[in-house]
Amino acid sequence: MRYLRLLWTFFRVGVLGELAYRANFFVQLFESVLELGTAIAGLAVIFSYTTTLGGWTPDQVLALVGVFFLVGGAIRLMIQPSLEQLIESVRDGTLDFTLVKPEDAQLLSSIQRVEIWKLTDVGLGIAVLTVALVRLGAGLGAVHAFGFAAALIAGGVIVYSFWVILATSAFWLVRVENILMVFQSMYEAGRWPVSIYPGWLRFALTFIVPVAFAVTVPAQALAGRLTWQLLAGAWVFAAALFTAARLFWLAGLRRYEGASA
Amino acid sequence: MSGLAGLYSQQFKTSLSMMLQYRASLVIWLISHVLDPLVYLVVWTTVSRSSGGSVGGFGAAEFAAYFIVLMLVNHVTYTWIMFEYEYRVRHGSFSFALLRPVHPIHSDLADNVSSKIITMPLILAAAAILALVFRPVFHLSAWAVVAFMPALLLAFAVRFLVEWTLALAAFWTTRVSAINQVYFIAALFLSGQMAPLSLLPAPLRLAATVLPFRWTTSFPVELLLGRVGGNDALIGLCVQAGWIVVCLFLLRFVWRAGVRVYSAVGA
Repeated sequence: MRYLRLLWTFFRVGVLGELAYRANFFVQLFESVLELGTAIAGLAVIFSYTTTLGGWTPDQVLALVGVFFLVGGAIRLMIQPSLEQLIESVRDGTLDFTLVKPEDAQLLSSIQRVEIWKLTDVGLGIAVLTVALVRLGAGLGAVHAFGFAAALIAGGVIVYSFWVILATSAFWLVRVENILMVFQSMYEAGRWPVSIYPGWLRFALTFIVPVAFAVTVPAQALAGRLTWQLLAGAWVFAAALFTAARLFWLAGLRRYEGASA
Repeated sequence: MSGLAGLYSQQFKTSLSMMLQYRASLVIWLISHVLDPLVYLVVWTTVSRSSGGSVGGFGAAEFAAYFIVLMLVNHVTYTWIMFEYEYRVRHGSFSFALLRPVHPIHSDLADNVSSKIITMPLILAAAAILALVFRPVFHLSAWAVVAFMPALLLAFAVRFLVEWTLALAAFWTTRVSAINQVYFIAALFLSGQMAPLSLLPAPLRLAATVLPFRWTTSFPVELLLGRVGGNDALIGLCVQAGWIVVCLFLLRFVWRAGVRVYSAVGA
């Protein structure tokens, strides 16, 4: 509960800071709509030549695109800007200020910055998802909804832990922005069902850069192709990665020497 | 003229040492340049398989050939100038470039060419690996291979001039990211990055041909893969040359107007 209040406070501060630059909202909205339009136009071209893509119908792929925008927007809303700032503060020593605060430093570092206008991506993602769900229609029940929510939570935890691990490597490597860029360009590959990729690439997109868990698996729940084994596997992987991220973070903190070093 | 040659060789040395300094970013760059064509290659191969082995004259092997050649051509023609200008103008670092006695396009050109020469072995290695994995089939003809070289160089010239001119928008607005995005999305569809142009709906195909997009990337690819007839190849080369002339005029005009409105932001 206290954590939620903390989250809300940071969120409010982010909103207040950004409300001074309201024109940015329209620029961001314009760019998000363009990107979404591009994704949908691409699907239109592809599905003019085929009825299914690797077994996925157009509406199912549309749902996947919705999840892709939703998850991507959520990452860019808070996780990415906050952890980018963490990397910066490890380099210039301002992490000291975070460490002396009476709350958990990993939590503070993960929510310290909000790029409020990225909510447009989240909103558009939800809108696309809704349209896709309406079109998918009757075949969906409570089981699908539960599977989707459960897979989305697991995916969110996996992506968050993965980002924490990447950002924490800054304690050793100092310059890690490049690694973050690799994640971003590989995340783009997640806008298609990972099942279409050849085995080695599918493996990379599942375990090296866990895009599959963040996007494809939740979308699979809506497409009615989620098995209990897969969902359980996602949760086990999420728990393992979260623990690993926590341990790695603590090891990183022990290594951190502060501004005077 | 010899002054310009000296400038190019010096810029080449500077770019070279900077590139070798930031080796990690070379790998990042490589991943992003290989991943895009790879993803579309996989998508289209999947489509061709599910519709009986071939789509619009492209089977899996032809798609492989198309996207591997596209990756190489794109490597030769791409520029990053539109990202860079925003930074230059906003941070005021452009003021120094203006003080120099030569047009800044020369140092950009030298920078572009030298970095590509350095990264060429990497992208060729990536192409070789993709070829091993996806087994492309080429239907090469001697004249098409010969015509490919000038088409490639002209494509680079057209793209460089178009993007350099568009980048000057940064003189008038500090929010060029929206303009850039419109351009990149148009390029994604119209220059053949997402799919061979022949697979696009007719209006888009027309737009790609009327606008410079087809001539910046797709045309040399189509030529090498034997999808352009002899006559059309000649016409295409002329169109490319025409765009270069048009762009040179535009560039001069926009540049003069732009420099007049330039005031270093934050300086």
